[in-house]
Amino acid sequence: MLRFAIRRLLLALAVGFTVSLAAFLALQLATDPAQAIAGEDAEPAVVEQIRIEYGLDRPLVTQYVDWIGNVVQGNFGESFYWHQSVADLILQAAPTTLKLATFSILVTILVAIPLGALAAMRPNSWVDRLALSVSVSAQAIPNFWLGLVVIVIFSVHLGWFPVAGDRTLAHFVLPAFVLGMTSVPAVMRLTRAGLLEAFEADYIRTARAKGFRGYPLLKKQALRNAMLPVISVLAVQLGNKLGGAIITEAVFSMRGLGRLAVDSIQGGDIPTVQMLVFVFAMTFVLLTFIADLINAWIDPRLRLR
Amino acid sequence: MNEHAPLLRVENLSITLKTPSGEQVQPLRGVNFELSRGEALGIVGESGSGKSMSMLALMGLLPSNARRDADSLKLGDKDLLQIEDTTFAREIAGKRIGMIFQEPMTSLNPVYTIGRQLIETATLYGRGTARAARARAIELLNRVGVPEPELRLDQYPHQLSGGLRQRVMIAMALMNEPELIIADEPTTALDVTIKAQILDLLADLQSELGMGMILVSHDIGAVSRAVDRIGVMYAGAFVEKGPLDDVFEHPLHPYTQGLLQCAPRATLAHGGPRLGAIPGSVPSPFKRLTRCAFSDRCPHVHDACYGSEPALRSAGNQAYRCVLDAEQLQSDNDHSDKGVVIPHATPVQVEHGDPPVLALESASCVFTTRRGLLGRSKDNRAVDDVSIALHGNEILAIVGESGSGKTTTARMMLGLQQPTSGVALFRGEALEKSTPRQRAQLIQPVFQDPYSSLNPLRTVGDSIGRPLVVHGVGNRASRRERALEIMSLVGLPERFYNSYPNQMSGGQRQRVAIARALVLEPKVLICDEPTSALDISVQAQILNLLLDLRERLGLTYLLITHDLAVVRYFATRVVVMKSGQIVESGETERVYTQPTHPYTQELLASISDPLRRSA
Amino acid sequence: MSSIDNTLPERQTSAGVEHTESLITLTPRQLLHRRAFSHWGLIIGTLTVIALVLLAVVGPLVLPFDAYAQELAGRLQPPVWAGGDWAHPLGTDHLGRDYLARLLIGARISLTVGFFAATLGCIIGVTLGVCAGYFGGRIDQAVSYLLTCQLALPQILLAMALVFLIGPSIYVVIGVIGVLQWSYFLVVTRSAVMRIRELDYIASAKTIGSSTRSIFWHEVLPNLRSQIIVIFTIEMGVAILSEAALSFLGVGIQSPTPSWGLMISEGRQSMFFNPWLTILPGIALFLLVMGVNLMGDGMRDVLTPEGRH
Repeated sequence: MLRFAIRRLLLALAVGFTVSLAAFLALQLATDPAQAIAGEDAEPAVVEQIRIEYGLDRPLVTQYVDWIGNVVQGNFGESFYWHQSVADLILQAAPTTLKLATFSILVTILVAIPLGALAAMRPNSWVDRLALSVSVSAQAIPNFWLGLVVIVIFSVHLGWFPVAGDRTLAHFVLPAFVLGMTSVPAVMRLTRAGLLEAFEADYIRTARAKGFRGYPLLKKQALRNAMLPVISVLAVQLGNKLGGAIITEAVFSMRGLGRLAVDSIQGGDIPTVQMLVFVFAMTFVLLTFIADLINAWIDPRLRLR
Repeated sequence: MNEHAPLLRVENLSITLKTPSGEQVQPLRGVNFELSRGEALGIVGESGSGKSMSMLALMGLLPSNARRDADSLKLGDKDLLQIEDTTFAREIAGKRIGMIFQEPMTSLNPVYTIGRQLIETATLYGRGTARAARARAIELLNRVGVPEPELRLDQYPHQLSGGLRQRVMIAMALMNEPELIIADEPTTALDVTIKAQILDLLADLQSELGMGMILVSHDIGAVSRAVDRIGVMYAGAFVEKGPLDDVFEHPLHPYTQGLLQCAPRATLAHGGPRLGAIPGSVPSPFKRLTRCAFSDRCPHVHDACYGSEPALRSAGNQAYRCVLDAEQLQSDNDHSDKGVVIPHATPVQVEHGDPPVLALESASCVFTTRRGLLGRSKDNRAVDDVSIALHGNEILAIVGESGSGKTTTARMMLGLQQPTSGVALFRGEALEKSTPRQRAQLIQPVFQDPYSSLNPLRTVGDSIGRPLVVHGVGNRASRRERALEIMSLVGLPERFYNSYPNQMSGGQRQRVAIARALVLEPKVLICDEPTSALDISVQAQILNLLLDLRERLGLTYLLITHDLAVVRYFATRVVVMKSGQIVESGETERVYTQPTHPYTQELLASISDPLRRSA
Repeated sequence: MSSIDNTLPERQTSAGVEHTESLITLTPRQLLHRRAFSHWGLIIGTLTVIALVLLAVVGPLVLPFDAYAQELAGRLQPPVWAGGDWAHPLGTDHLGRDYLARLLIGARISLTVGFFAATLGCIIGVTLGVCAGYFGGRIDQAVSYLLTCQLALPQILLAMALVFLIGPSIYVVIGVIGVLQWSYFLVVTRSAVMRIRELDYIASAKTIGSSTRSIFWHEVLPNLRSQIIVIFTIEMGVAILSEAALSFLGVGIQSPTPSWGLMISEGRQSMFFNPWLTILPGIALFLLVMGVNLMGDGMRDVLTPEGRH
């Protein structure tokens, strides 16, 4: 188990760095950072000077090594746009996004897992059809539009929740619902499929022959097996929610990491964008690593991989 | 409790299945049987006969789209039709009836330890204490032959071999000292030697514990090892029932007769009479019956067979389902060609010239597995220094259990696998020097699974003609003609030309695979378990077809198999492999009558011959 | 010696199966048709998509409305059911442009982006998946690593940044969405090829002397077709929503081109007084993506019944 954990951790770190390298190269190649710092109308000479000053004339790989070296030492760099340390910017914005992601994954869990389990218990019943309809609809609704619609209904017409902002918990209800719904289809389908597959498995037939029925059959025989894919997908979805909060934050005017990302992109603030990509990727990798550990703890066969 | 009541009484048990398209089919139609205390009943039948389905019905394990009907279903004096499923689960399932399933690899829950799964059987619904259950688990594991039982309790299923897992399954079924044990194909997924051990264990436990036992299998030989009475099922009903010896010595129903004749036996030697084959294939359960289910394959078919399905009639200790009297059937068999046709083989001369047609010279094959991108590599020596020579017109069988390296050896001889060291030779020339196309005209394979050896998107005609296309032979019309020619050679009617594999039975598909192998007129066919995925009655058809083709076309065969009974009937020479090495080889008759290596002796002892039961 | 005793008896099929209209007697194509025409989701989804494609292609050619002509005097006119007139059946936007015409052009944008982005993702994902599945070993491990990295990328953030920095245009949007969305193609083709690779008909093709290329084109790829079609449809839905999101955030299709996402964003300013400006393009998006998804789910049931749930 320890060896498994160490190998997984090494893999996670490798992925984190590869992703940051890819993002670094893509962003550097997509634009001219010196021009961005100098501004659209700057003289070519000034741009050249900035390029040399910031070390942007060196080979990209050298720049990356420098950058990642600094990151590892905890130096996240300076934003051109806000003239503030990137670390501070991220730390200021992070709590809002973390809260939003946590609440929304709770929404997902509370909606998707019971619905998926009920659907699996009675395939082709009305519950199953309802679950399927919810999933197909949730997959097709553009979530920024859903955000606008719930604002009109629940904030403007009914006045139950504030329209926008992130000051109180009430501000988080609608955004968490909207963001949570985006993961409902995937999680619900996997819960349903996992349980159905488990119920059809030979070992469930064995358990039934031993006298297991109903709830004990679900809880003591099928659940562990069925949870394996669900745990993995929850980790992936939570990771996506951190990165995917961009749209929800924009709709509800919340000042989280997503808002920071949009502003940095529009301000051409490459260091902040790079750092955000790195942070998101690392969080994602860490979450899937934790999911892998939980799964290996549940299913001994996975430890062999 | 009434001691004279039978342990189990089943009257008129039927199952109705609703297919997704709304059709109703009856995979089980009015099954009756009784089982006394301490008696062992064998139920045999081919795929789709309803034998496993009837056991699932007994245990209330049918899928949700199936309905169970019966006039009576009694365990002792408990009426199983009158009790709720929850009561059945609490009082009967796992407690009074224990069940063992076919697949030991998937029938245990992978995420819980062996110990937990054994113990929970005995503690569920407060059946007993955990401490007592643990002690019983250890005792039973010991009894069923699992070494170091205390250690095993903390292990997970994937850490045990298939044979050990099946022993654990048996121990689990015995945890609550059941009165009845149902074993549904308990040995089908196991190796030959393990199979015999498990059957003997079941028979021992049954008589030792005085339980009733129902052993369900497609393998008549296997069943004969462990039961007193036997029932033969066909198309969802019993066609014959009776004491084992009576049924085997005087089978009354034409199907039982055919089945016994087409099962290869260790006593049937190569060059003797052909196996009796039952023509046609096992009926699909979609069929609705208004006549005798066997009428379309029966050699005695009669006008009376078409009126309605005949009833079960008794003759002495036996009962059989046929319109004809026992005497009539007997005289029919004796005085006419209506009985199962058993032509004798014409002898074929083996060329013992030098060099042999196909040979492996001290070939080894090592597979390297690596964990992850940078992980440590591990070598697995699948074949270790094997030399084999295949002479013209010979039928050489390589026999071995799983992991013996027999399939890898075949792949090296086919050119699908390069030997790590050593060389494969065709008439003295290194095989790897020839191009794939040259090789294709010399050696062709016939694979085990006719479901995966045909591309599902090609019609039969396309599949058979494909080698000609690849080799650029002829035009469309000539290829069609050639394909039809080969189809008639392997006994496939012309109307199958435009059929797809999904429309055909396993035996028909295997004929297509043989036709495709023959279309380039190769010298050697390498047959890797060509009949082990088929029903017994169909297996005989395919084996006979291969023997006929060899006589007509002068082919040379290399047969890869685990089935020793088939080998004696089919092959002229045998090579026995174990763990990648050859342990014994020689003329078939010599190996069967005077085996020298202990492993060969063990393999031979594990053959279960229905007509020559060992005491 | 004849092969008479090996010939299948004719009477077995002529007399035996007469009572049953068994599924087994159908060809794969007939089976497919039968399953397709009894699958309601597939039928509804396909009809919706066909209707929207026809509207998008034919609509702007035959309808007398202009998507770009501004009519500042007639700004923010309501649709006919809310008191508007038939000169502008769905009203006008904040610059007085005909909303129906803009919605129809928007459908073209959505369909174009969806189709080409999914195609690009398909090419990348299927190529990688087939290589990994067919060759296995180190190539497979490398591709799997690539996949893990791809999944870890914050897609929306990166897509936004790249589109914005390269300069927004429909080609850039298609390129960025396509390059970032191929993991599903990869995962499915990889495992399908791994399964097919081990099947005996591939070994058989090798032993009749087929080349690797011929095996790939004639044996492997045709058997992947149905899986690829299914994923293509599903990914097309995802790409359409991604484009809408990027345009909504202002880093996708740029004004005055009418993308549905952009129209929602423009309508947002007067959301409380002229809600149809937001609601109509949202419903259009919902219908299109729903249609595409129903089609994809339906095709999965019909084409690959073994992988049902």
